[in-house]
Amino acid sequence: MEGILHALFAPGFGHSEPVRTAVLAGAVVALVSGAVGVITVLRGQSFAGHALSALGTLGGSAAFLVGITPLWGFVTSGFIVAGAMELVGTQRRSGRDVATGLVLSTALGLSALFLYFETIVNSTTGVTITILFGSLFALNGITLPAMILLGIVCLVLLALLYRPLLLSSVSSELAAARGIPVRTLGVAFLMLLALSAALSSVTVGTILSSALLIGPAATALRLTKRPAVAMVLAGVIGMVSTWVGIVLAYDSYRWPPAGKGWPVSFCVVAVLFTVYLLTGLGSRLRTARVRQRRAGAPVTGQPLPTVRQG
Amino acid sequence: MIGDEMRRGDVLALEGVSVWRGGRQILDEVGFSLAPGEFTGLIGSNGAGKTTILRVVMGLLAPAEGTVLVNGRPLARRNRSVGYVPQKVLIDPDAPLRASDLVALGLDGEKVGPRTPSRQRRQRVEEMLDAVDATAFADARVGNLSGGELQRVLIAHALISRPQLLLMDEPLANLDIRSGQEIVDLLARIAEQQRIAVLLSAHDMNPLLPVMDRVVYVAGGRVAVGTTDDVVRTEVLSKLYGHQVNVLRVDGRVLVVSGSHVSLDAIPRQSGAPAADASVEGR
Ligand SMILES: Nc1ncnc2c1ncn2[C@@H]1O[C@H](COP(=O)(O)OP(=O)(O)OP(=O)(O)O)[C@@H](O)[C@H]1O
Ligand SMILES: [Mg+2]
Repeated sequence: MEGILHALFAPGFGHSEPVRTAVLAGAVVALVSGAVGVITVLRGQSFAGHALSALGTLGGSAAFLVGITPLWGFVTSGFIVAGAMELVGTQRRSGRDVATGLVLSTALGLSALFLYFETIVNSTTGVTITILFGSLFALNGITLPAMILLGIVCLVLLALLYRPLLLSSVSSELAAARGIPVRTLGVAFLMLLALSAALSSVTVGTILSSALLIGPAATALRLTKRPAVAMVLAGVIGMVSTWVGIVLAYDSYRWPPAGKGWPVSFCVVAVLFTVYLLTGLGSRLRTARVRQRRAGAPVTGQPLPTVRQG
Repeated sequence: MIGDEMRRGDVLALEGVSVWRGGRQILDEVGFSLAPGEFTGLIGSNGAGKTTILRVVMGLLAPAEGTVLVNGRPLARRNRSVGYVPQKVLIDPDAPLRASDLVALGLDGEKVGPRTPSRQRRQRVEEMLDAVDATAFADARVGNLSGGELQRVLIAHALISRPQLLLMDEPLANLDIRSGQEIVDLLARIAEQQRIAVLLSAHDMNPLLPVMDRVVYVAGGRVAVGTTDDVVRTEVLSKLYGHQVNVLRVDGRVLVVSGSHVSLDAIPRQSGAPAADASVEGR
């Protein structure tokens, strides 16, 4: 027993302060991302989530230049970008076009420049890694309490706006017909999305934060038809995946190539993707088994034709 | 101009409603009224202004001129006495939303805060699904429903808050003839049994002929109102269109033929064959 535990958790896992902080922060972020992710997918705004995360790089790197915690950079740039998206109207799938792509790559170019300045001026090579891959093991000072607070704000907002968000995702006309201020609601949700992207950028970095948003949601959609259940399930899947990712990252200090550990964000996303693949495999096996059972059932002994509706 | 006298007890009354969009007049002094339990067809070709009229009635669009009275009172922003089924509803097949969830949103979809589970509400949703013959697919994802199934669920969504007026925008547009007939019969039954006024827009009036109490015929932003026999006549429609059109009746179907061109929607697809067996319209 002890041998197994020892193999799973490298020595010192339970006593490490950074690990305990990471477990807590990772849980908060995953719960928020999962729940927000389900609504994002329902509203067809995955692209907005992706753009918000990518553009967070700009805010994060600018924050480093002026010497504040990246979290505030992510949040500020997120709000600005969300506001701009609303003005340009790119949040709908149909609205994305050349202009959006151009803005996105320009912002990334600017981020690269900021990161470059930061690196050569302060010779702190860790900055790029922190922004792009997150800093789950290096959360200090006010960052953790701030993240928990923002996370709670997100979850409360989501619980309050749950029904109007659902209805307007089906049809903005239907929602407007019931007196829901559809436009204001859309802005509110974009802000929520920006907050959640900022939170996940801190933990898994700007490159992979949209994976934490969409991955658990996509998995949950395969497992349930109920919206509220999907939101909770996505949060739990994200949380458990983050924890497993943290364990793997901690263990990876004993792995090749350098014995310096793998990025925790990579471990988390690898786990998320594995879970997604497994659920896909699971549901395919299930349908195959149902079909087999149907084929074996008929009294006449003849296999029933399988009718598929497309 | 065929007008419409205001009647006491009308669920809906429009008077002199004019709408401009993009510098163009879309509706020109539109006026008509609906009584409880009446089934009215809002008939007109593409771009005639049907959706615009329904949006005005819903309060989604403020007219530049004219008044809209619902139950004798000016339109409020949120009006529980009007149910609405929009023309286009697109939803992702993977979206985690069951038909019964969508119907339940018809009851309290605009409310803020989490909903407390209630047996009473669940029962009402079940009754509503049953009333539109949608129990069989109550648990299916909304995005996976067929066009006819989705229409039923949307009707249930619109009716569950017990409105007195149901607005339907082109519900038959995506349906084959048989499903279309089923939806029309269902609506006629509901209108009669529950005394709900139904205003249903369509570009082809033929499927509605057996159940339609009155017709609001839209052309060029103006309307002619009355019973089918009053309105769908050569003189009336010629005056409405502003040029000569001929109304022909063939095999119990109505054709509106213009001087040089024929309104294709009104041409019978298979004359002589029973409507239900006629060819299926493509999507
Ligand atoms: N926002 C807008 N700006 C400018 N013109 C508009 C706008 N909305 C509608 N219109 C115009 O108003 C006219 C009537 O449109 P409406 O959607 O009411 O037609 P309809 O009868 O519902 O047509 P369809 O059968 O195609 O649905 C059309 O010519 C349309 O181009
Ligand atoms: Mg229309």
